[in-house]
Amino acid sequence: MPPKTDALQGSLDLLVLKILSRRSRLHGYAIMSAIQSISDEVLRVEEGSLYPALHRMEESGWIRAEWVNKENGRRARVYELTAAGKKQLGMEESRWKAVAAAVNRVLREA
Amino acid sequence: MSLWRKIRNVFQGEQLNDEIDEELQSHLDEAVEHGRDAGEARRAFGSPLRHREASRDARLATWLDSFRSDTIFGLRQLRKNKITSIGAILSLALAVGSCMAAFRLIDAVLLRPLPVANADRLYEVSRHGVFNNQSFTYDAWSYPLFQTMRAAVKDQTELIAVSNADPEDLTYKSDQEMERAQVQYVCGWMFPTFGLRSKLGRLLSENDNLQPGAHPQAVLSQGYWEHRFGEDPKIVGRTFRMGDRVYEIVGVVDGKFTGTEPGTMVDIFVPVMMHPGVSANDWSWLRTLGIVKPGTAVEPLRAKLETVSRAFEEQRMNGATAGMPKEQLDAFLNQQVLLEPAASGASELRTDTRRPLTILSVLVVLVLLIACANVANLMTAQASARARELALRVSIGGGRWRLVQLVLAQSACLALLAAGLGGLFAWWAAPFVVGMINPPDNPARLFLPADWRVLGFGMAIALAVTLLFGLLPALRASTVNPVTALKGGEDPHARRRLMHGLIGLQMAFCFLVLFVAGLFVTTFERLSHESTGFSADRVLVVDTVTKRLQPLAYWNQLLEQLRHRQGIEAVGMSDAPLLGGGNWNNFISVDSLPPNGIIAYMRRVSPGWIDTLQIPLVDGRDFLPEDSQPGSALVNQAFANAYFNGKSPVGRPFDIVFSGNFRLHFQAVGMIGNVRYQDLRQPLLPQVYIPFRITRESGEPQEVAAANLLVRTTNRNPLVASQFLRDEIPRLRPEFRVSRIRTQLEINQSHTVRERLLATLAVFFSVVALLLAGVGLYGVLHYYVLQRTREIGIRITVGAGVANIARIVTVDAFIALVAGSAAGLALGIASARFMAALFYQVKPTDPPMLILPALMLTVTSVLACIPAVIRASRVDPASMLRVE
Repeated sequence: MPPKTDALQGSLDLLVLKILSRRSRLHGYAIMSAIQSISDEVLRVEEGSLYPALHRMEESGWIRAEWVNKENGRRARVYELTAAGKKQLGMEESRWKAVAAAVNRVLREA
Repeated sequence: MSLWRKIRNVFQGEQLNDEIDEELQSHLDEAVEHGRDAGEARRAFGSPLRHREASRDARLATWLDSFRSDTIFGLRQLRKNKITSIGAILSLALAVGSCMAAFRLIDAVLLRPLPVANADRLYEVSRHGVFNNQSFTYDAWSYPLFQTMRAAVKDQTELIAVSNADPEDLTYKSDQEMERAQVQYVCGWMFPTFGLRSKLGRLLSENDNLQPGAHPQAVLSQGYWEHRFGEDPKIVGRTFRMGDRVYEIVGVVDGKFTGTEPGTMVDIFVPVMMHPGVSANDWSWLRTLGIVKPGTAVEPLRAKLETVSRAFEEQRMNGATAGMPKEQLDAFLNQQVLLEPAASGASELRTDTRRPLTILSVLVVLVLLIACANVANLMTAQASARARELALRVSIGGGRWRLVQLVLAQSACLALLAAGLGGLFAWWAAPFVVGMINPPDNPARLFLPADWRVLGFGMAIALAVTLLFGLLPALRASTVNPVTALKGGEDPHARRRLMHGLIGLQMAFCFLVLFVAGLFVTTFERLSHESTGFSADRVLVVDTVTKRLQPLAYWNQLLEQLRHRQGIEAVGMSDAPLLGGGNWNNFISVDSLPPNGIIAYMRRVSPGWIDTLQIPLVDGRDFLPEDSQPGSALVNQAFANAYFNGKSPVGRPFDIVFSGNFRLHFQAVGMIGNVRYQDLRQPLLPQVYIPFRITRESGEPQEVAAANLLVRTTNRNPLVASQFLRDEIPRLRPEFRVSRIRTQLEINQSHTVRERLLATLAVFFSVVALLLAGVGLYGVLHYYVLQRTREIGIRITVGAGVANIARIVTVDAFIALVAGSAAGLALGIASARFMAALFYQVKPTDPPMLILPALMLTVTSVLACIPAVIRASRVDPASMLRVE
């Protein structure tokens, strides 16, 4: 049973920013797929919630969006990281590491 | 940038929705392309609507969005109840407009600083004293005294001397083309002290202030240069003649500076050195202003000015004490010097109108409150009709604050519409009111721009009004209880109590407005019917001037020739018209005794003057052409009472005592009836009339250069004769010229201008207030009957008569009326004290003053009640019960 999205509470931003820092100009579905495949299907993003999160980060200025035309004539909205987003990613990463280390210590010593 | 995009997104809501939908759809398409089942992908995705809302909230300014939708909804509500809304908007617009107009006037007269440097440190020096138990404040100084004061306080403040701005006759070409312009005498250093610059040429300076009569230079105001000379660039160096002097224009002031008196725009500035009274120490004709240097304490400065002024007056009075009773002298010397801020300038208009304008603005605010109460009632009634809708909103999760915002947005729509219309009204009304204050020959020209101050005031009013009438219904709406409201059985009493409370408040304010209006109208009535003691009927006052001094015989010949012209009944001559300004007074000594302290007022008149004004001759005779000064005098009955114990002084000698105990001997040849000398409100003053013929030591009579001819015509409208006189006088005597023609009636009426203005405006506001209160009461009763139709139907079924129904419908309203009137009455009597100075022979406690407003309010209320009562009594129980 894959963990529920609740487990990802607070870390969705981190994952999205990290994916976008590796590969730029992805659309929403690609970001979701990337999170799933890299985490070997362990982390699943609740599909619909991804978009409000993306729009929120866009309004915060961490990512930038752009419409591109696809070969099938449709349009897709692709996202890329901004300078502010890179800074935010660094902060989120160190916060995550601190939390993970703390949890590990508790698991080891309790 | 981000905020801006959020705000922009609010107004492009549809486009934003489409974009979000497209992105979500592309996600699903992508899923299908990756081989997933369409149904499964949609299920995994969840509700697109919810995600769209979440994204939308992230991408636009939610507060603005809800505000936008509330506004649209509010406007739609207003449109739905067209009649009610139009009524509300118009009544509010009238009230807001009156407020803005009042503000524009008050701003222009009292608040706006003069356009000069350091206006915040500008002060005016005036004197305050008590004479004959009457307290006086006056701001006139003589030039020698001004100079002494200036020298004494030079380190702390720069004192400035300016005269009153007065209309003067002058000409740029020949004497046949005289014109009038507002002229102010100013000290040369006023311009640099005020930081004024010249547009053309130069301004006056300290160097134009050296010798009396030696500086015939003039500076024009920019406005005058523009409208009189079409901005002629070659204006510097042109000359004009004023009186017997030729002045040279040396420059034009740059900017909006038009003198130091709000209400008068000065056209021409000339140096104080050119004023005929500049060397006289007993001729007070100038105002003293001062720019206080930074860091100077005002009180020590005032004390210093007082010391200097007292020392000067003591020395001046030194020779005159013999002719002056001790207590008078003390009263004169013990005057206090005042130093008051005058950032917005100093003028009579300002002092005269400060209190009337304040009272008018209070009336205006009351009217505004009445209008607000009306709108609040309408909104409350509407809110109760909308109770179900509001309850529905609460039950599907609308927050209380959202409801408050909803109702407030509607009020704001109302208020803004009303403020817009009101602004237009004010734009028209303020100049109209200024026009009404004006005496016709000397119009006050006020600078009344619709600038940011007026705009800001309008916005502030709109905001205050929104809160005033919107907040109560809004809070009430927010406390709606969805369960009871949706069931349809909400407690109606609370709402009715609120509405009746507001009606009571309206009645109180309305009573107050009517009460004050009654007092002003009565004052105006009493004052304008006050007997003047002379007849102004068909009398023209013709200001006549000559180029050079003319022998008195020529003037007498002119009078004689005019007397026989067709259409002219009588002709006389005086140095100044009665009630037309000009105040000349001295002490009187009988039998060479010291004066008794009562002041007598003088006027110089010709034979026939009393006939022209139809003043009764009580005893003795009129002047004869050979009567002269010193020698013969006419006196009035008040004079007999003051100096001869009421016995006729005819044939008795007396002295007029001038400063320095210089005396002129007279014998009373006649006694005439009492006439008003200077002011309608003053008691009848002791008066002495002396002849024009002044015998000099050589035995030659003195020559005359200007006088007022008084002409009584046979035509009902004396002005018909004015062109004839303008042509005829120079024809009879080429050196003589008419400079101005007024009717005596017009001069008399100029004394009641303020009272007329107050009465007219107060009546206007009373009508508006009554109308608003009536409409408000009608609306509330209408709503009341609608709400209680069921109960009324049942009462009629069980046999209640019309009287009974009428009682039920109106009893609450009449309780509100009585309570409101009582409160209004108490407020009125309490506030009347502040206005007492403006009333004439009327007391706020006079019964008619109290009964009349109560009567008018009652009549209005009854009229407003009738439709509701008729409607209630016509409720058909059968059809009503069937509906239920």
